[in-house]
Amino acid sequence: MQQNMHKVYIYKRFERFWHWVQASLIMFLALTGFEVHGTFKIFGFEKAAEFHRTASWMLIGLIIFAIFWHLTTGEWRHYIPTTKQLKEQVIYYISGIFKGEHHPTERTGLSKLNPLQRIVYLGFKLILVPITIISGILYLLYKTFDQNNIIIIEDYPLASIAFWHTLGAILLMIFLVVHVYMTTTGKTPTSNIKAMITGYEELEDDQEEVKVENDSKHN
Amino acid sequence: MYRTLLIVIFSTVVALILVNILHQEDNYNLKLETLRHKYALKAIPSVSHSKLPALQRNFKTPQEVTEACLSCHTETHKEVMASSHWNWERVAYVEGRGISSAGKKNVMNNFCLGTNSNQQSCAKCHIGYGMSSSHFDFNNARNVDCMVCHDNSDEYLKGASMAGYPDRTVNLENVAQSVGSPRKSNCGSCHSFGGGGNNVKHGDLEVALNSCSREVDVHMGANGMNLECVACHTAKNHNIIGRLYSVSSDNTNRATCEQCHSTTPHLRDVLNRHGSRVSCQACHIPQYAKVNSTKMSWKWSDAGKLKDGKPYELEDSLGNHNYMSIKGSFVWARNVKPDYIWFNGTADHYILGDSIKSVPVQMNTLNGSYSDRRSKIIPVKIHVGDQIYDKVYNRLVQPKLYGETEGDSAYWKDFKWDDAVAAGMKESGLRYSGKYGFVKTKKMYWPVNHMVSPKGEAVGCAECHTRINGRLAKLSGFYLPGRDQNKSLDFVGYWMFILTLVAVFGHGAIRISMDISRNKYEKQIINYDEDKPAE
Repeated sequence: MQQNMHKVYIYKRFERFWHWVQASLIMFLALTGFEVHGTFKIFGFEKAAEFHRTASWMLIGLIIFAIFWHLTTGEWRHYIPTTKQLKEQVIYYISGIFKGEHHPTERTGLSKLNPLQRIVYLGFKLILVPITIISGILYLLYKTFDQNNIIIIEDYPLASIAFWHTLGAILLMIFLVVHVYMTTTGKTPTSNIKAMITGYEELEDDQEEVKVENDSKHN
Repeated sequence: MYRTLLIVIFSTVVALILVNILHQEDNYNLKLETLRHKYALKAIPSVSHSKLPALQRNFKTPQEVTEACLSCHTETHKEVMASSHWNWERVAYVEGRGISSAGKKNVMNNFCLGTNSNQQSCAKCHIGYGMSSSHFDFNNARNVDCMVCHDNSDEYLKGASMAGYPDRTVNLENVAQSVGSPRKSNCGSCHSFGGGGNNVKHGDLEVALNSCSREVDVHMGANGMNLECVACHTAKNHNIIGRLYSVSSDNTNRATCEQCHSTTPHLRDVLNRHGSRVSCQACHIPQYAKVNSTKMSWKWSDAGKLKDGKPYELEDSLGNHNYMSIKGSFVWARNVKPDYIWFNGTADHYILGDSIKSVPVQMNTLNGSYSDRRSKIIPVKIHVGDQIYDKVYNRLVQPKLYGETEGDSAYWKDFKWDDAVAAGMKESGLRYSGKYGFVKTKKMYWPVNHMVSPKGEAVGCAECHTRINGRLAKLSGFYLPGRDQNKSLDFVGYWMFILTLVAVFGHGAIRISMDISRNKYEKQIINYDEDKPAE
């Protein structure tokens, strides 16, 4: 089997750093955030709120870097949605995967996301994360000081800000569960996670040639 | 090498961030230290009144003392006579009532009810002499009592039921020569004893504050700053700042925490931001009545029971009266957690003569709500009870309680409500139908402003930001993180999350079981292939 496979560098260093830091921040924010929400008690409300605030600034900082990286490297092109093979991909997860069929799409340096991933991740980046972060910033700055040290309160009711923020958080948690589960659908249950750690993924040889060509064109 | 370097740098950054998050330094609050220094220096009086010739004499009446005071402080009586301490009322604009005057003269309460017809006794706490009825001359400067506030000898004492005159044992010469800036004991001689006993009314003002620890009151504590009342309740031209909304109505001339501590006293901004809608008192007075009990309920309907034709009293385990024939039954409490309400600094009161609009009767109404931007959450003591009212005219009535002798129609002597109410209402200039009953009085609100605890004992975040039994559980109309949640969103979100988990595990289980069966199948084939040549 090994002879037919070839190691390909798919996830860049920054990408991996961004992915894992974002993952841990989101999980930490979920932990502290749902405590602030009153769902459970771990750190105590005071600490939870404080940690949540700190971690949220870190996440915002990270995302600014990530946006910059996406734009400057052209990596954003991976997220251009396509309907091509989308249906096949969905059908694969519904039935093909059980029959031991191969993925209908293959990962390459040019196209490291399958059509389903493209749509889901694009939604994640353009809808889910913005909802959560914008409502979070409104939440964070609900009361602020002006130049005269007078406290200014936003006009929006906090209940609606909290609604969107909680909605975003719940959807993120659902995303997290599905996302983590989907990592097990690679060649082996851990091969996708390994790829996100090392950056290298093992691809079958016939795709490799195409991949190398594309890589040399685009980089 | 390059890789190791990166890992080292990265882990150092992570460690630094973690240290920053987890480490909490007890920062030095310079604002507080500056205040401590400012108030550590006590002013030394520039005059010793004991050396003044005008005071070296044997005073026969307290009015002579006042005259002696006015011989030097020639205009001061004008200031005093403009104050509510003297007039027992203040003029204010009240929503729905217009410009009206309210004060001890006409506001009803659910303790000893009201002053009308009882002045002989109630005037013990009037800064004047001889207010024995509602016909007191408020323009006579000779009757101003300078000593009750300015006595520094601790000797001055107003007599019981003497219309504001000093007790006969008081040596007026000593007192006159001792005068100085008011001390806690001066203010407390009235403000601690409202309602007929120590700490009956306020709950946060009582005689223990004269000499207490920092834990009881961080400002007045003898082992703390040991501040006098007038340190905060400053008094330009005898106009003392401070409002208590059991009698006050408008949002002016208040004594505030901010006047010393500013609106940003905390080192953590998140706490300062709370100050826009939460009063300082709400967090910094976790409980009141820390030393002696305060009255929480007073039922006048129980009054009048006699033993062998004589009035009697009963005490609870702490030595507080829980029954008195002359007053009814009481409930006392100590170390009480305050209730919390929205308050914008304006209030209305049940004024003698008002009709009863709702039962239980609201004795005072503190205005405010979340939607009113000027409102803040304040801690209050709520005093409930029942009291006598006129069934026909549908209003609370003013009985004559105090009397010198029996047969004077005073309830405390004769125990006849009819006579007492008739006499009291006549004195008040109001009609009485002759039919009385007892009506429940809900809620007389007493804002709690004193007995501020040291900062370590302030109310913690989770005491309000919690789903169950938080201190602010009863306040509505706003979203409080940790207490509130959108129930439908939480419900839908919870089940969506659970269903996702089920789906994911189901999907995984099918995959695994399919894999296993496929492997078996493949193995069978392999076995078959291997077995073949052996055949």
